Amino acid sequence: MTTSARETVFASIRRALGVTGAEATRRAAVAERLREHPRGVIPARGQLPAAERVKLFVRMVEAANGSAEILKSSDEVPAAIAALLRRHNLPMQVRRGDDPRLAALPWDKERQLEVTTGASDGRQLVSVSHAFGGVAETGTLVMTSGTDNPTTLNFLPDTHVVVLRAKDVAGDYETVWARVRDAFGTDALPRSINLITGPSRSADIAQILILGAHGPRRLHVLVVDEADG
Amino acid sequence: MNKDGMETPGALAQERPRVGLFVTCLVDLIRPAVGFAAVKLIEDAGCAVEVPRQSCCGQPAYNSGDRASTRAIASQVIAAFEPYDYVVAPSGSCAGMLKTHYPELFAGDAAWEARAAAFCAKTHELISFLVDVRSVSKVAARFEGSATYHDSCSGLRELGIRAQPRRLLATVEGLALKEMHDSDVCCGFGGTFCVKYPDISNAIVAKKAEHIAATGAETLLAGDLGCLMNMAGKLQRLGRRVKARHVAEVLAGIDAPAIGER
Amino acid sequence: MAFAAHLTAPAFKANAKEALTDAQLQSALHGIETGIVDRRRATVAKLPEFDALRDCARAIKNHTLAHLDLYLEQFEAKCRAAGGHVHYAVTAEEARAQVLEICRSANARLVTKGKSMIGEEIAINDFLEQNGITPVETDLGEYLVQIRHELPSHIIMPAVHLTKEQIEADFRRVHTHLAPERNLAEHQTLLTEARVILRDRFLSADVGITGANFLIAETGTSIIVTNEGNGDLTQTLPRVHIVLASIEKVVPTLEDVSQLLRVLARSATAQEMSVYTTFSTGPRRAGDPDGPNEYHVIILDNGRTAMLGGQFREMLRCIRCGACMNHCPVYAAVGGHTYGWVYPGPMGAVLTPSIVGIENARDLPNASTFCGRCEEVCPVRIPLPNLMRHWREREFERHLSPATVRSGLAIWAYLAKRPQLYAVAMSLFVLGLGLIGKLFPRFRWLPLATGWTRYRDFPASQLQTFQAQWKRRVRTQ
Repeated sequence: MTTSARETVFASIRRALGVTGAEATRRAAVAERLREHPRGVIPARGQLPAAERVKLFVRMVEAANGSAEILKSSDEVPAAIAALLRRHNLPMQVRRGDDPRLAALPWDKERQLEVTTGASDGRQLVSVSHAFGGVAETGTLVMTSGTDNPTTLNFLPDTHVVVLRAKDVAGDYETVWARVRDAFGTDALPRSINLITGPSRSADIAQILILGAHGPRRLHVLVVDEADG
Repeated sequence: MNKDGMETPGALAQERPRVGLFVTCLVDLIRPAVGFAAVKLIEDAGCAVEVPRQSCCGQPAYNSGDRASTRAIASQVIAAFEPYDYVVAPSGSCAGMLKTHYPELFAGDAAWEARAAAFCAKTHELISFLVDVRSVSKVAARFEGSATYHDSCSGLRELGIRAQPRRLLATVEGLALKEMHDSDVCCGFGGTFCVKYPDISNAIVAKKAEHIAATGAETLLAGDLGCLMNMAGKLQRLGRRVKARHVAEVLAGIDAPAIGER
Repeated sequence: MAFAAHLTAPAFKANAKEALTDAQLQSALHGIETGIVDRRRATVAKLPEFDALRDCARAIKNHTLAHLDLYLEQFEAKCRAAGGHVHYAVTAEEARAQVLEICRSANARLVTKGKSMIGEEIAINDFLEQNGITPVETDLGEYLVQIRHELPSHIIMPAVHLTKEQIEADFRRVHTHLAPERNLAEHQTLLTEARVILRDRFLSADVGITGANFLIAETGTSIIVTNEGNGDLTQTLPRVHIVLASIEKVVPTLEDVSQLLRVLARSATAQEMSVYTTFSTGPRRAGDPDGPNEYHVIILDNGRTAMLGGQFREMLRCIRCGACMNHCPVYAAVGGHTYGWVYPGPMGAVLTPSIVGIENARDLPNASTFCGRCEEVCPVRIPLPNLMRHWREREFERHLSPATVRSGLAIWAYLAKRPQLYAVAMSLFVLGLGLIGKLFPRFRWLPLATGWTRYRDFPASQLQTFQAQWKRRVRTQ
């Protein structure tokens, strides 16, 4: 049944377009677009030198109701997280994935902070992830799924902390896609890539905007701007 | 001049472009003053005006899906106005039909495609003709009082008419222009729409009437008589005191009773 | 057919009348005119490249549609290579049957749903319920209309027609396990209540069904765009993820989809970017700590290939942003339910007849003033008024317009084609109107024009047409 539906759909499409599907020029055009993946119009907004780009990124995260701070070194991350939890009267517990960059952080400097690893089952209040990249144009984080950064950590806990290297803050999405292709190839993308811009929200109740619809109510980004990073 | 130093007969007449005035049905039937105002403005802009026998641009048939009748009417219009340098209509809706939709009607028609293209190229809405083609920058009219201006949809979105009427109105002595909220939102006329869906049309024009009244302006102006009749009719039914006129009347300094008034 | 019951297009005028006198609805609709319209304008103003992006978006969609078979083949190959299943459905019935089969194989009892217009189009919720499976909408707006047994009234803001008071009343009626005297005065409290209830559903669901804003051919990926995060929980937590997508959702590359995403959020919700834009490719990989075990994409035709081959191909560029209905004076007056089906406003006026047949949706393309605001804001530059006019042409050819309208227009056209006769007829009409006009400057009632005079006065004319007066003036000069 499914096979014949497939045949029917393709036959209908080809009939509508007046083609057989075997035409060489059409196939070449498609192959070329897939190979060259032309960029289109790139807004000038994010096309800034590195330092300006990071500042724009922070501004855009804040404009999307997230918060962000710039750290001089990854060593400062555990302390920044602990400070955040104290600021919001949250228990000193975080869940993170297996990302080696997170694993290498000096967590023992924050003795009071209890760090567990793995996916979220909905009972964790705070999660920590490491972003693949960021896009300054809109203050967007690019997260890739896997044991390093389980997807559920992006959605179930109430507070989501994301660590991002300043050098991974791009001016536009297209630059990040180029890195994605280099890192994974197009044959084996991670199961999910989440582009995240601010905390969860809804305006469905009489057009009033409220944060924390189903995903995190709070999104905090730690941008690590190391000279050698 | 000829070799005797005398002016060649007809030389002056030849310098003035010949404009065929496309009156529009509503002006023809309901408010001829608009036609006379248009004539005055076009003549003041240095053109000679003629009015060939005409009926309709065909928009009612076009928007009702009757392409055959539309083409029959359109070919008549194109033929009737072929002798003129310009075709000018005191209506964004009719001018929009003539200028932007006629080409589509004759696309692929070997006999008519070129004639339609030539026709469209020389067709203009009245205010756009004055400002964009004849470079008129001011008028000599007086109008004591406040007015607000409604941007009719076709003129605005098909023909880009927004700044031109305001530019000319600014030169009318005594006139104070007060912009209304959502001046560029539809008034609910829509040709046959207002009689096919009167309840919805009424809801839309009621909102428009509120915005007009909120300006406190004494006069409502626009470039389309259909819109004006719709808005004026509603304002009058609501007992509002705002008077409605076509912008051409004010620019030409024509003093006629306002729409629906004695 | 199941959805025939929803098709109230023959009752369009009755729906409209009811909507116009519904004070709660009118108050809710007023929020659109004053809210999203201004916000969108402000957001677009912040991006100088917006119009250039619209041109690029249009070009990408046109190119893709012209090569749709090849891009679909590519998508399918990549999706399968990533471990996903791709199914095709010609009709809504086939799509429903496929969803049911997948759910049965998974022994599903509870299904969570992200917002999917295709899901509404094939009426999947009713069908699942009839077959003993419980679907729960997780997009808050969709949840609100689900508990009211209503269709969404807007493709982006499904519950835009509801006031806070109505929502509070619904929660009290439906969430009977909670204390009846609880305080629901604040919007925040309502949201929290929904969040807690739906969180439990997310974690208990066997299957998650989402739509797809786009499918990427290059990588075999489906994309969902949400602000709540509900789509992500729907597709990540259950064992099985089903994606419902129509054939025109496919886009060639990651770069191409980025162009479209840039115009989508800005047009839909006036945001620079939606909160969650998720790219999903296949089921969980070996070693993944979360994600579904099975990933299915059902690709639906349901009338699209007919559009592809005809006058309505440009409608297939639509990226479902909702900007057209936000800017439509008719939608603002009567709301989405008046349109009788899944797709309201200008895009519904063009798309609905393509799917259900123009004979079942006669009023939709006619209830428009052709003001053109929809086309003005469409991110992919669909000439919506022109397409509505094409439907009117089809109706005219098939004699589907009301007899009174046809005959009225026939008379007008007959005269208009004969300018001399027109002049005589109009002179008589004007003379008649003008003579009465000597008594009254305007009329509160006119025979044959009661549609007008019910709500507006009609001005009297002079005694002669302009052309007659002009002839006289020329003669005397």
